Amino acid sequence: MARIAGNDLPKYKRGCIGLTYIFGIGKSRAKEILDKAGVDHDKKVQDWTDEDITKIRQIITDEYKVEGALRSEVQLNIKRLMDIGCYRGVRHRKGLPLRGQRTQTNARTRKGKKKTVAGKKKAPK
Amino acid sequence: MARSIKKGPYVAFKLLRKVDRLNDSGKKTVIKTWSRSSMIIPDFVGHTFAVHNGNKFIPVYITENMVGHKLGEFAPTRQFKGHGGNRK
Repeated sequence: MARIAGNDLPKYKRGCIGLTYIFGIGKSRAKEILDKAGVDHDKKVQDWTDEDITKIRQIITDEYKVEGALRSEVQLNIKRLMDIGCYRGVRHRKGLPLRGQRTQTNARTRKGKKKTVAGKKKAPK
Repeated sequence: MARSIKKGPYVAFKLLRKVDRLNDSGKKTVIKTWSRSSMIIPDFVGHTFAVHNGNKFIPVYITENMVGHKLGEFAPTRQFKGHGGNRK
């Protein structure tokens, strides 16, 4: 079982997919890391040798910001937007989309589950 | 698409001139402006701008953190007063 950056990687997946279970590493970064470590992309996580694992772990800790550090950076960026009171910050505060999407319908990712308003009638014909 | 780096940040020329003049004389007055699309550059820090929102001027005090944003981001153009029906 490979444990990298405080995350268990899935045993039976290929290396380049397994690494994406770490927050902050997607497919292209996973491939980059494996290339640098000299590990084949298709090698399953369970087949990695201890050497491979130490190398990969080393590369990730040295060159990338992942997991907690990255999460806190994102939170700080959002906090900065909210503190200076700019448009994007206000939208963050209200839990609405930031980039000019419509909000009359949709936008459920930001707004969360539908809240039905009592007494709201359908528009008359 | 993002603006080309070669051109540098966009600041309305008149606004820039006004800020330069204030910086030279060391005075601080509120600068009225309609130029919402002007980028906030480090020279602006510490000044107060009255940014037009289509109806009135919103005073915006520029701090370090705001550099790189545009003036219009700090003067909302829409006002949401809540949906009808929730009277007291």
